[in-house]
Formats: sequence, C-alpha cells, structure tokens
Amino acid sequence: MVDPNAVTSVMRGPGRLARLGAWIDERFPMTQLWNEHVGEYYAPKNFNFWYYFGSIALFVLVLQIVTGIFLTMSYKPSAAEAFGSVEYIMRDVEWGWLIRYMHSTGASAFFIVVYLHMFRALLYGSHRKPRELLWIFGVLIYLALMAEAFFGYLLPWGNMSYWGAQVIVSLFGTFPLIGDSLIEWIRGDYFISDITLNRFFALHVVALPLVLIFLVVAHILALHEVGSNNPDGIEIKKHKGLDGHPLDGITFHPYYTVKDLWGLSVFLVLFAGVVFFAPEMGGLFLEPPNFEPANPLLTPPHIAPVWYFTPYYAILRAVPAFMNTQVWGVLALFAAVLLLFFVPWLDKSPVKSIRYRGPIYKAALMVFAANFVMLGYCGLKPAVPPYTKMSVVGTIIYFAFFLLMPWYSRRDRTKPEPTRVTK
Amino acid sequence: MTEAIDKGRRQLLTAATTLTGAVGVAFAAVPFLSSWKPSARAKAEGAPVEIDISKLEPGGMLKIQWRGKPVLVVRRTAEMVKSLGNHDARLRDPGSDNSKQPDYAKNAARAIKPEYLVLLGVCTHLGCLPQNRFAPGASADGVLTADWPGGFFCPCHGSKFDLSGRVFAGVPAPINLEIPPYSFADDAHIVIGVDPGKEA
Repeated sequence: MVDPNAVTSVMRGPGRLARLGAWIDERFPMTQLWNEHVGEYYAPKNFNFWYYFGSIALFVLVLQIVTGIFLTMSYKPSAAEAFGSVEYIMRDVEWGWLIRYMHSTGASAFFIVVYLHMFRALLYGSHRKPRELLWIFGVLIYLALMAEAFFGYLLPWGNMSYWGAQVIVSLFGTFPLIGDSLIEWIRGDYFISDITLNRFFALHVVALPLVLIFLVVAHILALHEVGSNNPDGIEIKKHKGLDGHPLDGITFHPYYTVKDLWGLSVFLVLFAGVVFFAPEMGGLFLEPPNFEPANPLLTPPHIAPVWYFTPYYAILRAVPAFMNTQVWGVLALFAAVLLLFFVPWLDKSPVKSIRYRGPIYKAALMVFAANFVMLGYCGLKPAVPPYTKMSVVGTIIYFAFFLLMPWYSRRDRTKPEPTRVTK
Repeated sequence: MTEAIDKGRRQLLTAATTLTGAVGVAFAAVPFLSSWKPSARAKAEGAPVEIDISKLEPGGMLKIQWRGKPVLVVRRTAEMVKSLGNHDARLRDPGSDNSKQPDYAKNAARAIKPEYLVLLGVCTHLGCLPQNRFAPGASADGVLTADWPGGFFCPCHGSKFDLSGRVFAGVPAPINLEIPPYSFADDAHIVIGVDPGKEA
C-alpha cells in the first residue's frame, strides 16, 4: 500500500530507486533531513557576494580534515622526529608536498574566509535578534579555530613553532598566584618539550576537530531554525505565500547550491594559485625561521605569530605592564576576543543592514575594519616606534567600536527598512 | 488509573541524583586533569643538578643545562666583586627590584656567596644566549666601549649585563638576568633547583 499523503522520497526515479528511497525513509529520516536543510530550505533570494563565505568555510573545514588525516599518516609527533617527518612528507612522500601545502595554506584561507564571513554579519546585522545564538556558536567556532591553529603551529617543530608556543604559553604565566603552575600544567614539563608536542598533537588532531565539527553542526542547525538573514536585514518569514513558504525565499537547492559551487570554484582558483606559486606567502603563511628545527637555546631574532593572530598580539603588546605585572595585556587580549560574544546586545540600532543605517555606523564599521588590518600589521612588526604607538591607538579604536556601540548605534540617523527584499 | 504524583519527592530525588552525579564527574575529572602535570619522567629529567665547582678557576665560567635552559656559574675574583658597585647609575634595575631571583640572591652581589654567581644564560629580551665578556674596557669587535666594566653581552640585539647579570639602561632587555633557585651542598658543590636548607 502506498500512502498518498507521504512525502515523495528524495530518491526519485523509476521503480526500484524510489522503492529503495521509501525503504530508507521508513528507517532513517533521509528525505526529511534533505528537505529541511537543502531541498526545501528557503533562503532569501537577494544573497550577494558576501554570502559565499559560509559554504566556503565549510569546504575549507573538510579540506583541512582530509589533508590532515593524510598528514598524520606520515607525521611523527615527537621532538626527535617531528621536524624530520615534515621534511620527509615534503621530499619523499609522493605528492606529500601538495598535501602539506594545501593544509598550511588551508589554515590561512580558513581565517581569511572566516574574517570575511564575520564582517558580513557586522555589515548586514546577521548577529541581531533572532540570530544571537547563531552568532554565539559562530564566535565559539572562531575561538576553537584559533586554538586549533595555535596547537597545529607547534607540530612542524620549527624554531618559530617552538618560540611562538613559548611566548603564547608564557601568557598564562602572568596570572597571579596560579601562573607558574598553570604553565607547567599546560606544558607538562618545565619547558616546551616532547611532552608538550605530543599533547598538542592530540588536541590538534582529535579533540579540537571534534569540537569544531560539533559547533559547525550547531551553527547550521541554529541558522536553519531561524532562517538566513539577507543584505536588507529584514525577515522574509513575515511575508509568506499561500504554500506557506516565504515569498522572497528560494530553495537552497538548486539555487544556492549552484551559486555556492560557482563561488567555490573562484575560491579554488585563488587557493590553487597560492598553493602552487606562493605557499609561503613571503613568510606570512610559513615563517622563515620555521625552516630550522626547534632550538630551545636559540631564539629567532623576531618572534611574530602567524598573521591571523597578529591583531590580538598587537593589543597584547599595546597594554603596558604596571603594578609589576604584565597580566593587563593578557586580559586585554582575552577581553578583545570575548567582547565579540556581546555584539548582538551592544548593537541597539533599530535597523540591521548597513543599507539602512546612518553615517555613524557606516563610518565606525569602516574605521574598525581598517583598524583591524592596521593592528594586524603592527603585530607582525617588532615592538618599536612607530608601531608601538600605532598599536595603542589601534587598541583604543578596537575597544571603542564595541563599547561605544550602544551609544552611537542608537543615535544614528537610520533610513526606514523596506517591507520586502530589494536587490 | 489516577495515581497522584508527589512532585516534591520527585524534585528532591532529581536534585539529589544530579548533585551526586556532579560530585562523581568532578572526581572522575581529577585523573584526566592530573595526567597533564609533569610526569614522573619529566620530573626526573627536571630534577636538581649538582655541579662540582672545585676545579673552577677564579674568573672562570661553567655552563650546564637544567630544565632545557643553560645555567651559568661564574667564579668571580675579588676585583670583580668589588667593581660591582661602581656603575649603579648606568643600570636599569640596580637593586633587582623588578627582576626575577630568589630572595636569598636579591642582594648587592646577587648571590649566596659573592664569589659564585649563578645565572640563567637566557637573555631577558628574547631568550638568546648572552656571551661572557668579562674583560673590562673596549673590545676588539667594537661593541663594547672603554667604560665597559666586564659582564655579559647578548649578540642578538646588543643587550648588556654586568658581572652580576644586572641589565644596563638603554638596551632592549627589560630586566636583569634571572637567577634560578640554587644552594651549596658543600663548599665544592652547587645544586641547581634546590633552595638553601631544603631537601632535593
């Protein structure tokens, strides 16, 4: 007996295939899952360029997992062998260089894509009600990603890996009373050693990828529960047709699967360009001292974190030590990241999208973005004038953007939002 | 069948179960968190190191490794010790107030016995290895001038320290060279990593 009201299985087609689909659907919600998240997920029809980065980030996550799995097949997480095993991958393993360069370039690409994705949220108010939790999951993904990148950077056991980890782990030593035992606990030794490398490997390869995948699933579930925002920052669910679907919505498949595939192919062209022609990116993606093995007795002349951490590194260095402790810079560093969680509530504007915001928010967001890049530049440079002063100014602007937001977002001269999406 | 549900009893049992479970989770977490502490092997390898100083000549230096860091032991001559007070005005932290050392080494000579200086050979700027340039006066390579009282010079960024590891003003290093915990086992042996009067 065929139930006439049953949803047609996603596996359509002649007889046998449809029957297999029905057989699965009785045992697993295959068609339901597909429809909820792809086939009948209605997304606003006015997505623009800025809406590529979510799906690209998802692709990069998969790329990092796949290349990472293959790297672990030849990598040895021990102080004696790590550096050599990376060289072995680069020279002796067939196509090893490609897999490794995809992984190292993928790390930087991940951050580029995620930064653009976050900027999009600030542009169109994607963090605002009812998407606060979606944004919070996103910030957690960003935090997990930073931890993942930090642990991963120690693994090649180059000298910059070593001293970068040394500097970052030392940050925890600035906490009063518990500091010294805290770093001993993190390192599992009295200095960054084989023991530290081994545990960072476990965190990088097992623990944090699991956390990341869990958070990404939560992020997507939250998105599909509330529905996507759009460049007009208005809710398409307010205007539904007779079929119950938003009038300004189109199904994710085939419309956005095809659009995202096109965006992905452009991304892959650029990505392949970097992998093949500039995998070191002039020392930005792979730093020169990392081509020498870790040496606990020799510091690189200038220690800078990889570019994606440098805005926060600049903030860390901008805050001076006083009351005989450097903990203030560390607190400023953590505060700078944790502030992101509160943006949905700091933003008091009556409208969401930059299109209907007034001149104050437009200017503030542009200054913030330029300032973030400037801080990143300062963090790459040694702590000497003029970078020290620029870092201080940049730190003040960074915090002002968020902390003054409740005030300036309310005062801004906004334009009325349209009722239906525009272009 | 209508059986009355005792909600109060249910709530109490739920709360009690949750609490007991939470205590169990806390206890179960201890082994995992403790496994991150330095292991027995790490502790053994980071154990105190005993140095024989009986053959160290006056003006000579020994270098050993302790917990992955170089430790320098200098046997200072009487003149060296005497010269320490002559350049306080040129130092950034002459009293070692902002520097790292055990309390028993926070004195004019930064030592338990002024004759023996024990230091971590790690520049406080960025962790390079400072060189020993004990001879006073200008150096042949030109990095040290005629008023150099003898001390340590860091080749990476030119930080200068005197013969008790105190940093000169106007160089990149922010504080004096660090002094590790140490003690004398007897007149001929220094133990790095053990405070005086404590067991190893």
